[in-house]
Amino acid sequence: MTTAPESWAVPQPLRVTRVRRESSDIATFYLTPASPFAFAAGQFNMLYVFGRGEVAISISGDPGEEDRIVHTVRAVGAVSGALAQLRRSAVVGMRGPFGSSWPLAQAEGSDIVIVAGGLGLAPLRPAIYRVLAHRQHYGRVALLYGARGPADILYQRELETWRRRLDVEIEVIVDHAGADWHGNVGVVPALIPRMSFDPQHTVALVCGPEIMMRFTVAALRDRGLAAEQIYLSMERDMKCAVGLCGRCQFGPAFVCRDGPVFRYDRIAPMFGIREI
Amino acid sequence: MEGLERIVLEHPFFAGLGPEFGAAISGCARNLRFAAGEYLFREDEPANEFYLIRHGTVALELHAPAQPAIVITTLREGDILDAAWLVPPYRWAFDARATGLVRALGVNARCLRDKCEADHDLGYELMKRFVSAMGERLHATRLQVLDVYRPQRA
Repeated sequence: MTTAPESWAVPQPLRVTRVRRESSDIATFYLTPASPFAFAAGQFNMLYVFGRGEVAISISGDPGEEDRIVHTVRAVGAVSGALAQLRRSAVVGMRGPFGSSWPLAQAEGSDIVIVAGGLGLAPLRPAIYRVLAHRQHYGRVALLYGARGPADILYQRELETWRRRLDVEIEVIVDHAGADWHGNVGVVPALIPRMSFDPQHTVALVCGPEIMMRFTVAALRDRGLAAEQIYLSMERDMKCAVGLCGRCQFGPAFVCRDGPVFRYDRIAPMFGIREI
Repeated sequence: MEGLERIVLEHPFFAGLGPEFGAAISGCARNLRFAAGEYLFREDEPANEFYLIRHGTVALELHAPAQPAIVITTLREGDILDAAWLVPPYRWAFDARATGLVRALGVNARCLRDKCEADHDLGYELMKRFVSAMGERLHATRLQVLDVYRPQRA
């Protein structure tokens, strides 16, 4: 007797309806679901390239748009490399959505500080869409974004659009630039002391390379935020996406099931462990 | 309190500084204004003055022959430029360019060094602030050097 696999285990074939090249190795592609696709900002999907394999990719689209699923991928391995090369009308398998989400409902009434580094802006973009769509529910909103250089800035046109709003403070900073760059040069944690927010009533959402997150957390703590007010999106190699295989174990937690978004105080003991 | 002394004490770098020190520093200070594109100083020039940025942004640049300038960091209102005035050989190690209108306080280096020698309390107070500021800048530079946003092969 055979048993039908669990629904979470079966990739759903979806067609790529649009591709946008963000840079030489980063692409954003749009999938059209057969039925409305609901997800919470911060969650991820498992994307399957037939014949290559499967990889976890955060959802980077607008949670308010259920008729398309958006992912931004950087080519760093065989599967992500194939995803980044996808063309319109290609078919990929998708499982999801999986994982925890940014605490946007809980954060209502607070100031919001969003700190992104590099490709870390992708899992935060759904949170930005959601906060801006419900702007009246939040206090001050700040987005701090660090990138390698001016050519590596993700979603540049959207950043410019958001920057034109009068109710959002946006700072972009790059590690290195030529003299023709008129923005900030330096590191994103250095921006935090300058931002205006009420440390007692602020929720910080952080995503980027772990070193950047570590120093960002330190800068937020220096500004008076408690560990309970800081949320991080962690990245680990994931396979099953439901906490069965153990591939993404992070201390007592599984990043796929208990994360990827963690409240900082819950992972702080593991955050500084070098071998984990 | 005189205008310049008030400006000195209101600058974040001197936050909490006693008024007697404010008076001593302001005695060596002057108000400066730089237009967009103007250089506050160039690499290898004598560091005869240090600057407290009051308005605008300053890009610190390094040049290589026949290459465009590389901006290594940008400094803004509330920041200082820099510590080369404090220790021999008192020479700047980079160019500093105003990216827009910059208003700054310029503090005569020899004047302030002499006052620090004469009043070690003032010298120690300033040294603590400069060491802290330089430590933060070194820390940020180390993070920049790590190039954490470079693509990492899986």
